[in-house]
Amino acid sequence: MLHDLDLDVEAGEFVAFMGPSGSGKTTLLNLLGGLDLPSEGSIRVAGDEITRMSGSKLTAWRARHVGFVFQMYNLIPVLTAFQNVELPLLLTKLSKTERRQHVEAALTIVGLADRMRHYPRQLSGGQEQRVGIARAIVADPTFLLCDEPTGDLDRKSADEVLDLLDQLVREYGKTVLMVTHDPLAAKRAHLVRHMDKGALVPAE
Amino acid sequence: MKYSRLIVANLFRKKTRTALTIGSFAVALFLFGLLQVLHGAFSQGVAVAGADRLVVVNRVSIIQPLPLAYRDRLLRTPGVSHATFANWFGGVYQDEKNFFPQFAIDTQGYRQMFSEFTVDDDQWQAFLGDKEGAIAGESLAKRFGWKLGERIPIRGTIFPGNWEFNLRGIYRGERVQDDTMQFWFRWDYLDERRPGRRGIVGWYTVRVANPDDATTVAKAVDEQFANSPFEKKTDTEKAFAAGFVKQMGNIQLLMMTVGSVVFFTLLLVTGNTMAIAVRERTRELAVLKAVGFSDAFVLIMVIAETIVVAAVGGALGLGLAKLLTLRGDPTGGLLPFFYLSPSAVALGFALSLAVGLIAGFLPALSAGRLRVVDALRRV
Repeated sequence: MLHDLDLDVEAGEFVAFMGPSGSGKTTLLNLLGGLDLPSEGSIRVAGDEITRMSGSKLTAWRARHVGFVFQMYNLIPVLTAFQNVELPLLLTKLSKTERRQHVEAALTIVGLADRMRHYPRQLSGGQEQRVGIARAIVADPTFLLCDEPTGDLDRKSADEVLDLLDQLVREYGKTVLMVTHDPLAAKRAHLVRHMDKGALVPAE
Repeated sequence: MKYSRLIVANLFRKKTRTALTIGSFAVALFLFGLLQVLHGAFSQGVAVAGADRLVVVNRVSIIQPLPLAYRDRLLRTPGVSHATFANWFGGVYQDEKNFFPQFAIDTQGYRQMFSEFTVDDDQWQAFLGDKEGAIAGESLAKRFGWKLGERIPIRGTIFPGNWEFNLRGIYRGERVQDDTMQFWFRWDYLDERRPGRRGIVGWYTVRVANPDDATTVAKAVDEQFANSPFEKKTDTEKAFAAGFVKQMGNIQLLMMTVGSVVFFTLLLVTGNTMAIAVRERTRELAVLKAVGFSDAFVLIMVIAETIVVAAVGGALGLGLAKLLTLRGDPTGGLLPFFYLSPSAVALGFALSLAVGLIAGFLPALSAGRLRVVDALRRV
């Protein structure tokens, strides 16, 4: 349970959250992503007060503003990399050609333009996570929520994914909020906030 | 359409399971198709019965005869415009398994009464000109490979002796349901060869001038012959045919029961399969919702998957049933009518979709209600 939590994140920031298991890091991400609602308090993102939104409005808001990157990648195994990345665009009014252009661009950014016809089972863990990142950015969301994005990867693949997140912040001005247990991953962030027992440890 | 790939991809996730589920629908709908064919065969007489025709039989039993002399009295009954008669023959052609109905018919009125059966004029004239002449339905002629002019021997059972007929005509049915498995020959030929029992007929068929008066006319006919040596029982042709079917048992109930059990089992099997499929994909469904797909979309997607399975399986089963009927009656002509009607196909397909919808609804509802946070945590 989170309590007494007061957090402001500026656009274009890369913030890492660290803390022991059960400290509330993932719950915080869920709240920020509109997957869960707080029992009290408010969450304002780019001017939108999301805690007062109805379920359907929140879903639409999430589609527009949030890109999720999961620890376990969570790709749909029966869809190719291209089709996985295209999923969020199916909710938009983009034409088929426009969707294809967006997907190709996203996969190019993550360095997998040559793997777009591959199924997840044909990709390495690092590649799967990069597809996950491409899916997260393809609809050009306001911010990315990454829940231990390198938690399931070897060091080399983890560094590649972190390089990619870094690039998204630097070159594309994305805001990234990342939960991690990995101190090396946290080092990439502009700001590291620690959590403990549902509260943010005051920044030093 | 842009979501169809997602639905199709999900169906191909477990190919064997999808194939087996489609197979369940196919088998059930194939069986449904056959039951419809059998139901049609047994109740075909009811379906094609003329609304303006009454059947007059002996009140004691249909096997008890009626005097030929009653024909004129029937014609004098108010509301009756035509009357004809026929006699059941019940003979055996070559072997007892070669069953088909044989009727000794009234050459004056039968053709006019049953205008749904068409015989070419020259063939009818040839029939009238030959006392041993006979007319066969086109299915019957096809079954035994009979050609015009062929000599057809039939061993009498009710009317003993060897009877021989010359095939002078082949009649066709106007509608696909019309029974073209009958064999007609001249009643006067029968009458001539049963010296002790001349001047009697099996039953009468009368036409009423106005179909709305059918019940009144039937009552008037029965009253006219009340307390006579040959009391009569008059029914509309539809009621008569329905009563005939009933003699074989409540076929409709039997078929409804078998059909219901099959569909209920299908419902349980499909519902269970879809529930498993949804449970296996909990995380993926949660991810779909996380990226912005609504609860309603997820619900509809799961239902759509079940409906696609139901549609493919249903079409397959009904298609196979239709193919079977196109190959002809496998009983070799025991059934007067072996046909799967478009309305039965449409009903089967609608039932299949309904089962898909109902079976998919509960799993779809649980998928729609899935909370992303819980689902991601659970798996």
